[in-house]
Amino acid sequence: MSDYNQNMIEKYRGSFLKEVEANVEEGDWVKMCMQCGVCSGSCPLGPHWEHPPQEIFMMIRANKREEVLESSSMWMCTSCYNCIARCPRGLPITHIMHGLATYAKRLGLQPKEQPTAKFAQLFWDNLSKTGRVNELKLGLSLYFMNGFSEGVKTSLKMKDIGLGMMKTKRMSPMEFFGGHKCKDTKGFQAMLKKAQELEEARIGKSGS
Amino acid sequence: MAKKSYSFYPGCSSQKAASSSNYQVSVDTMCKELDIELNEIPDWNCCSASIGYAGGGELPRLALSARNMALSEEAHPGQDIVATCAACWLSTKETQERLHNDSDLLAETNTALAEAGLKLKNDKKVRHMVEVLIEDLGYEELGKHVKKPLEGLKIAGYVGCQTNRPFGIAGESFENPKYLDKLIETVGAEACDNYEKKVSCCGGALAFSEPEKSQALIKDIIESAYDNGADMLVTPCPVCQMNTEVYQDQINAKYGTKFKLPVVYYSTLLSVAYGKSAKEAALDGQIIRAKQLEDIASK
Ligand code: SF4
Ligand code: SF4
Ligand code: SF4
Ligand code: SF4
Repeated sequence: MSDYNQNMIEKYRGSFLKEVEANVEEGDWVKMCMQCGVCSGSCPLGPHWEHPPQEIFMMIRANKREEVLESSSMWMCTSCYNCIARCPRGLPITHIMHGLATYAKRLGLQPKEQPTAKFAQLFWDNLSKTGRVNELKLGLSLYFMNGFSEGVKTSLKMKDIGLGMMKTKRMSPMEFFGGHKCKDTKGFQAMLKKAQELEEARIGKSGS
Repeated sequence: MAKKSYSFYPGCSSQKAASSSNYQVSVDTMCKELDIELNEIPDWNCCSASIGYAGGGELPRLALSARNMALSEEAHPGQDIVATCAACWLSTKETQERLHNDSDLLAETNTALAEAGLKLKNDKKVRHMVEVLIEDLGYEELGKHVKKPLEGLKIAGYVGCQTNRPFGIAGESFENPKYLDKLIETVGAEACDNYEKKVSCCGGALAFSEPEKSQALIKDIIESAYDNGADMLVTPCPVCQMNTEVYQDQINAKYGTKFKLPVVYYSTLLSVAYGKSAKEAALDGQIIRAKQLEDIASK
């Protein structure tokens, strides 16, 4: 278990709600939930969620810290904003789900084999290098994210799609050898680094 | 109408040879006809869409869109920012809203931006191309340019999620927005009025990481279009377009369906109706070819 996680457990012993309010993006909204269940019923992948949003909010109040943070649920949010559009209390549910995922990841608690967690990290790594997403590289690392033989299988399955995209010039092999990027890569990376530092300072503050 | 100028955020998927490069071609054609000038934000970066949260915390993500907005302020003062990708529009607009409501975050964002020699005032409007068409030009003006009405075509307007929620287009409802239907009618085709899956989610970025679950959603979106007698789908979003078009074969293999439904952008539809060639309308970018539109374009 990470030191950070240990610190947080000690700091908020007994009140996961307070921990969420202080550390999760838009977390101070959680207490406003009135448990009507509209969000859970609106979620496109809802049937696959271990705990749909309404249940997550209930579990936060019931101190089910590990069950929430180790869950794969929030990682199945497609960012469709159905819940936000319908919630009678105006909770920014989508952002709370993203925030919980970010926080779980930071604590090292996110499920290890969660495909979206892996894919989204690849996406971030891809864009933060050059400022832009290189779709072919992203696609390749995606197919190979579960290891080489799995990757070959997935690539074969996706082969026809790749060919179709290539024929219509919608995916260029040239992307693989450089492709698009920001000119001011240096400034871009310095900006991200600074943003990261500022954020860490803020987390450290609330965590100390 | 006088020329209208905007500060344009094209987004990664529109780049040359990327998955929605065809969208860009048809947008350029459409804008030329309508005297809309798109000035690309110099050296823009990716906004991290809706899945940046795994790798980046709140501030790094805000900084991404803030950089684009700051570059736009510098290069195109007085021009609204316009995006064609729903996800780009949404993350930029969300960033703008959050920084507007939280001066501490804005200050921290500017500290980060200073590393790239930039500063954000945050005083621009962030708009989707569809808003420009509807609000700044209007259906009547859009209709005036039609040279080849798309008569006899029945089209399902697939609005999807992110051009519709949480912001949406002014005057439209979340549950049944009408603007795509009106655009379809403006170009002389028939809209599927009762298309049930109009605002259903296709899985978005999770089509990559959770293909089976997403394809189940996509199957319903296509099926409902066929049930409504649609010849094709039209969408305002590159992710919707890609998801509903490219997986139809895999869905057929899994579910025994026989889907082969073309999915086009509103900009392709308008370009064809405006009498442009198949190439200008980017019909050569269709993986599932839109034969009926090709025929009209070559007439
Ligand atoms: S819709 Fe809103 S109030 Fe209802 S359960 Fe969900 S979050 Fe709570
Ligand atoms: S935004 Fe996320 S949490 Fe909300 S309904 Fe859509 S998938 Fe579910
Ligand atoms: S949302 Fe998509 S298209 Fe838009 S910038 Fe980000 S990755 Fe690129
Ligand atoms: S329909 Fe799909 S692609 Fe379009 S906005 Fe929704 S999730 Fe994104």
